[in-house]
This record gives sequence, C-alpha cells and structure tokens, in this order.
Amino acid sequence: MTAVQLTPQDTVERGLALAAAEGADGCVVLVAETSSTNLRWANNTLTTNGAMRGSSVTVIATVGAGEGTAAGVVGRSSVTEDSLREIVAAAVATARASAPAEDARPLVDGTTGADWDLEPELTSVAVYEKFAPSLGESLRQATDEKRRLYGFANHEVATLYVGSSTGLRLRQALPRGYVSSTGKNADLSHSAWVGTATRDFTDVDPLALDTELTRRLGWASRTVSVDAGRHPTVLPPAAVADLMTYLFWQLDGRDAFEGQTVFSKTGGGTRIGDTLSSQPVNLHSDPALAGLEAFAFAVARSSGGSSSVFDNGLQLAATDWIRGGRLEHLMTSRYTADLIGVPTATPDIENYVLSVDGATGSTDDLVAGLDHGLLLTCLWYIRVVDPQTLLLTGLTRDGVYLVENGEVTGAVNNFRFNESPVDLLARFTAAGATVPSYSREWGDYFSRTATPPLLIPDYNMSSVSQAS
Amino acid sequence: MPDIDASFLALPRQELAAAALQRARDLGAAFAEFRLERIRSESISLRDSVLESAKDDEDLGLAVRVIHDGTWGFAAGVALTVDEAVGLAEQAVHMAQVSRPINAETIELADEPVYDDVTWISAYEIDPFTVPRAEKVALLTDYSDRLLKAEGVAHVSVHVATIHECKYYANTAGTSYTQQRVRIGPEITAHAVAGDRFDSMTSTAPPAGRGWEYMTGTGWDWDDELARIPGWLAEKLAAPSVEAGTYDLVIDPSNLWLTIHESIGHATELDRALGYEANYAGTSFATLDQLGTLKYGSPIMHVTGDRTAEHGLSTVGYDDEGVAGQQWDLVKDGILVGYQVDRRMAKKNEDVLGTPRSNGCAYADSSGHIPIQRMANVSLQPDPDGPSTEELIGRVANGIYIVGDKSWSIDMQRYNFQFTGQRFYKITDGKLDGQLRDVAYQATTTDFWGSMEAVGGPQTYVLGGALNCGKAEPGQSGAVSHGCPSALFRGVRILNTTQEAGR
Repeated sequence: MTAVQLTPQDTVERGLALAAAEGADGCVVLVAETSSTNLRWANNTLTTNGAMRGSSVTVIATVGAGEGTAAGVVGRSSVTEDSLREIVAAAVATARASAPAEDARPLVDGTTGADWDLEPELTSVAVYEKFAPSLGESLRQATDEKRRLYGFANHEVATLYVGSSTGLRLRQALPRGYVSSTGKNADLSHSAWVGTATRDFTDVDPLALDTELTRRLGWASRTVSVDAGRHPTVLPPAAVADLMTYLFWQLDGRDAFEGQTVFSKTGGGTRIGDTLSSQPVNLHSDPALAGLEAFAFAVARSSGGSSSVFDNGLQLAATDWIRGGRLEHLMTSRYTADLIGVPTATPDIENYVLSVDGATGSTDDLVAGLDHGLLLTCLWYIRVVDPQTLLLTGLTRDGVYLVENGEVTGAVNNFRFNESPVDLLARFTAAGATVPSYSREWGDYFSRTATPPLLIPDYNMSSVSQAS
Repeated sequence: MPDIDASFLALPRQELAAAALQRARDLGAAFAEFRLERIRSESISLRDSVLESAKDDEDLGLAVRVIHDGTWGFAAGVALTVDEAVGLAEQAVHMAQVSRPINAETIELADEPVYDDVTWISAYEIDPFTVPRAEKVALLTDYSDRLLKAEGVAHVSVHVATIHECKYYANTAGTSYTQQRVRIGPEITAHAVAGDRFDSMTSTAPPAGRGWEYMTGTGWDWDDELARIPGWLAEKLAAPSVEAGTYDLVIDPSNLWLTIHESIGHATELDRALGYEANYAGTSFATLDQLGTLKYGSPIMHVTGDRTAEHGLSTVGYDDEGVAGQQWDLVKDGILVGYQVDRRMAKKNEDVLGTPRSNGCAYADSSGHIPIQRMANVSLQPDPDGPSTEELIGRVANGIYIVGDKSWSIDMQRYNFQFTGQRFYKITDGKLDGQLRDVAYQATTTDFWGSMEAVGGPQTYVLGGALNCGKAEPGQSGAVSHGCPSALFRGVRILNTTQEAGR
C-alpha cells in the first residue's frame, strides 16, 4: 500500500494550498489527533478495555456567493495525501453550490503559535501503570469482603491544529481523564458511587476510592423509607454539576433571542441583565482555569445558534455568564452577537465554575447544619421537561441518606425529581466552597466543572423510585 | 436492490484482516476478530428556511479484538496499512496482557456457524449521498417555508441526519462478511410564541432504515403532517393546563415506542441484568433468576427482539461478533421469556437461557469502539384482530390520548419512568375533546404494562425509533427501532409539569 500519511502541519499547509488552487477565497483546516485508553470492570472483574487512536481532518472552504460568502464543510478520518485532495475539492465544490451563509464573517486573522511545530501528544495504557495494580487489589479486597465493584477509568489526549488562509496556525494539546466507581453490598440492595476527574491518573488511588465507597455503604446499615415530597436536601458538588451543566447548555444566545429558552424575555429579546438569584452566585468560564484547562480558541465544525464555522480560531476570553446573581452574557458567535445586539461575541468555552461569594466549607459542613433532611450522592437520567422554566426531571442514584441533627443516620430510598436549576439558584439557602466536580450524568463528556455543595430547602422529590 | 459501494470494496479489507488475524494467532490469541468500517454521515440544518449548517463526514477505521489468556484485548486505529493492522493486533494482545491481573473470568464465546465471505445490504431505495446537496436543501427549504407561512409559527428548525455504513468483518473461526446499511433521521419543528408562553411541535416521523426516498414521501406522508403542524401548535398553546390525577391513556405508537425502548428494551439487555452496566446506564429489575416467571405486564403483552425487521435501525445481516440476525420473544403472554445477549453471555448462561447461541446483539457504533451487548429492534406486537385507535379511544370515559415523543427519563433499574409528548388530547366519553398541555405520565414499569388492557390491530402498527441511544463506557451511540400498535392503559398517574416547577 502506498497511501502517504501526513503530519498535522503538512495536512494543514497542503490543504490550504489545495484550496487556493481550487479557487477558494478562504479556507480553514482543522486536524484533530486523539488517543485514548480505558479499563472497565464489573462484578469485581475486568469486563472490557481498549486503546484507540483517532485522526480527523475538517476542511472549511469559503467562496464568494452573490452578495455574500458561502461555506463548504467536509470532514474525514484516516486522511492521506491522496484523499486530502478529494476532501478539499469536495469542500470547495460544496461551497460553490451553496447560497450565502447567514453567519458569514471574515475568517479570523492570526499568526503562528509558538508550539505549532510540535507533534501530537498521545496517551497509552502506561498511564495506568500504578493505577491498574491498585485497582486489582481493590477488586480482590471487595471480593474478600463480599462487596461488588463496578467502574470505568478513561484517559484521553486530544491535540488540535487549526490553520487558516488568513495566517492562523494554532495548536493545543489537552489531556483529560476520569474514574467512576460504584460499590454494592452483597445482596445488591444498596449502592454507593464516587467519581473524580484527573489529568494523568497520578492523583487517583483506587484503594482510597474504595474506602469512601465502603464508608458510604456502611451508612446503609440502617434503612428508612421516606415519602416523596419537598424535602430539605443537600446537593454535593457532583449533583450540582449534574444540574448546572444543563443550565450551561441553555446559554445559547440565538435560541434565547428567538423565544425558545428559559433565558428568553417575555415579549421578545433575551434576559441578559435580569437578576436570576438574590444570592451572590456566579457562573464563569475561562479556558485558562488551572486544572480545568480548555481549548483557548473557538473550534466549530458546523454552525449553530452560538457557534460559527467562520469563527474558527477566535480567541476565547474569560466570561461571566452569571455575576452576582445577574445574567451577564449568553453564548454567541460573532454573527449571533450582532443579531441580538451585544457588543462582543462570547463563544462557548468547555469549562465552567459555579461559585457563591463568601461561601466556605464542605458538603459535610452543610450536613452538619441540617436538622432534618436528605443528602444526595448524584443524579441520573436528567432530561428537559419544559424549556420555558428549564424544568428537569431525573433520579437520585447510588446513595440517598437521611440527615438528622446534623448527622447521616441512615440510607433512604431513591426518588424521581422535577426541578429547574434556574429556580434552584434562586432558592438555595446555604452553599459551600467551590471544588472540582465530576458529574454523574455528563462527566464523561463534559468533565471540566467546579461547583459548590448547595442546600435546597424544598427540593421536589416527585415520586419514589424502587431502584437500588 | 443497491450494491455494496464500490469504493468500499476497493479498500484492502481482506489483506488487512489477514495480516491482523495472523499476527494475533502468532501472539497466542485464542480468538481474534477484525473490523474495517466506513461510516459516512451528513447533517443538514435549516433555521427559518435558511441553511444553517451542512456537514459531510466520514469515519473510516479498523479494529482488532482478541481473546488472549482468557482476557479481552481491543485496539483501534485509522491508517489502512498492513503495518497498522499488525500493530493493532499487537496492541490488542498487549491490552489483554496488561488487563489479565484484573480479570477474574475466562472469556469463552458461544458457537456460531461460519459464514464464508457473505454480503448483506439493508432495504433502501436511494442512497442519500447520491442526491445533490442543493436538491436536498431545496426540499427542506420548501418544507420549512410551508410551516413559516402558517399563521402563528414564529420559527422553524429542520435537521436531517443521513448515515451510510459499510463494514467488513472477519474472525479466526473463518467467518467474513461485507455489510452495508443506510439510515435517515428527520426532525422538523415549528416554534410559536404567544404572550408569556412559548411552545413547539415536532414532526413525528421516526428515524428509519430507509434512504432519501423517505424525505419525498415513501414511508411517511410529509404533505399531510406539515399541513397539520401549525394548527396542532396553535391549539396546544391555547389549550388548558391538565389537572393532575389518574387517567386512562390511549398511547399512540409515536409516543409508545420510547416507553418500550426505556422500560423493555434496556431492561431485557442481559448485560444490564448481570451488572455489566451497573456503573453507567444501570442494571435491570428483570434479573436472570426471574426468566420464565416475572410477570412483566398484562397477558396480552407480546414483545419480540428482532434484528431482521425491514427498515429497522438495528436490522443487520450479521452482528459485530459474526452472528446472523434473528428474531425471538422477550415477553410472551405478559411473562419475561428472553433476553438480548452476545456470544460471551450466551456461553456463560446457556443453561439458564436454554440455548447455546447468541441472538446477535453485539455491536459497536464505529470501528473506534469495542462491540458491546446492544439492543435489537424491540417491538410490541399488535393484536392480529385488534381495534383501531379510534375504537380504543371509544372505550375511555375520562382519559388522555398521547401523540409524539418529547421528554423521557427512567431510573437505573428501569422501574420508575416519566414521559411527556408532543400532543395530549382529552378524551371525554369516548371522544377526543381538544388538546391539553403540561402533561407528563409517570409510572413503574410492571404496573404500567400490567395496566395495558388492549393493544391495537396491525393497522395501527408503526415502527418508531431513535438514532442516538447511549450506552457503555466509553459512551457509544446506537440506532434502534421499536414497532408498536396503539394501546390502552388504565389508571396511569398524570402530572402537571407547570405545578411540578412550582408555578
């Protein structure tokens, strides 16, 4: 076989040259090199594993189209020198056959980043060198103690290259890892969960995770039935992230402007400037957040309400979505910013921090301050019921505990809830310090979050779930 | 019948497979399998009749899975070279060796006949990738325009996803096949804003194992549905809010398919019942010890697993373990009688399952992922002489007729669920009595299916489904169809979602 694999830099340069030769007015080439490795276990034994390598190239060609500019977007994996020519030609031909794009803007200018020439960063099974033996020990220990462990460890590295006909040459490599572990007692009647995000697995100790699972399973030595209803409830950071990720995804500026989200103003326009909470609560994103680093430039393989293929490479700035309880910004492309009348574009950033000014202490501290109520572990299968209020439904999972006089005194049944995270920000009565969090529902997809624990005085448990 | 795409046949599939499988054998693998997959996908989005996004993607890669020293090993890559294929075999064996200390079970697979160099193609007429983009956009613009011109419609969004999948599979037992499937998923939504309220109405056309002909009227009457959506939406905006309580429900197939997916489809996956999904999607109340005895629902309940249904999204000739497509019972006369299984689970549990063979429910969503136990087309069978939907409605004095899917959620053992829908019609004395809004139904799986009093006849049967069923770690997205008739349920809890929001 003679297929020639190109380096990412060569792919970008040749792609741009081919687009120019095809007569494109502009072009952006995105190259994503990814690698990942994972271990999965259940019933105290390994179930699957894998080591995967991926490579994809997306070519965005632009051409003049009547009074505007049209774009053609073509993506392929496994690109060789020969197939790159076909991809570029297809992107240019698609652009020529298209009408002017509504979101067309001049391609982003730029220069060559200092790390442009570096190779992709990779991960391998070696990342589990210390973790795997320790995991094996925790599985053996669980077997001896008649507990069962189920879990997953994943590590991945994505290296992104963005090059444009306007001179932009950007590269960034981002590692991401997480481990999620569920423990069950011998008769499977109770379960507990712990999860954490990591960059390299050097800071994850499976035996320590197992110790925490064992502690939580111990809380189930006393079980109490609690009816559905509105209960004072402590949400730990993982559960807060379970809910706030949905709020984060509703920050689309165009959808709000067109009257389709909880951030739409009655009578038209957005709720930017509205007070959502009387508490000093903040929702903030910043690609440079230590430990939660995200891509520092916009990457869009398709256009949507808050993103545009014409914005590829746009530098992302620290952004307050909510500041002091007030809605400050919604996510916008340059086009959407103009459409809704805000001065600067605020594209999506793949991290967020939810914080409450002055809040200190941990989940345990909130529990200590609660006379009678519930402590959750995490939430699951959360879906939007009503976009107008951002009413979500979902379930508690893997540990709901009764709190009496500031102490956990037993385990209770699971519940289905119906709640809106926007309302929760207006109703919480106590908060703890913000810490890195890993959400149960979306942590495998969106793990760069930091959230505080919150005390909700009247969390709506709609019905009891028999699941254990 | 279309042919297997010539450009896929031109890829060096046998050469790469032979190299990978031989290297795995040389390294001592007891079993090895090779997949080469090319998945072309196109996503077209229009917003208010203007093209917002059109993206043409192709995912092409190869994967090797081995059993070495009784342990799985898996590796995937993208370069179509012999060196890569050999390297992946080595990497897969290495993964097995690294994982061996944490593996407490020897992996064994159920036997399956050998299929030597066979081919299979799904049932479709027009490959969407042969239709010019401009032609597709023009059709979708026309559909958008029809809605936008209607009074009260403020915005229209259109999304159409099309997928063309080619796969070559070979294993060390001697099976090899080439398979081609096409699927399509349209979603057309009208949005309205009226005073301090907004709402939307989405087409109920399900995704299907069909080609572009689906968008022009084969298998779905777009002219009829697009003409009705604005009126339905206006009526919903003006509808009274439901009074929470207990109602009899007639559920249309456009809604019931999703309830089947969540409360039966996932609950009868044996990997879940055995705990393999416990850390992620969850387990199942339908545990293996209850096979043959669990009363799942009323005696008229008959649910099948099927990997052969025409136009089904989960329909295949062969799965990702080289097992041929089959049809079987999951629930018969209201009793749990079967599961969805893969070769490993079939072998390990053959005494309980009563069969030594996998029913072909292992697949991955791409070459980059490991095959997992996945859902067949799971369908509720109609009553051969059953009533029409109107006749079912005629049996209800005070109830709700639910059409179309929207919000869905179920707990991690598949007991407690809550669903909404697109439209809710009040039923008064056997007749529809205008729409309601703010409706959600909530129940426990066995209570709900136990309350099913009647199922409609074949004339009410529709094959619904989804392109995006999530499962496993790392997460995979699967496509699956669910057929069902209309059905009548007695005494189901209805919530008012506005009240649930504390308003």
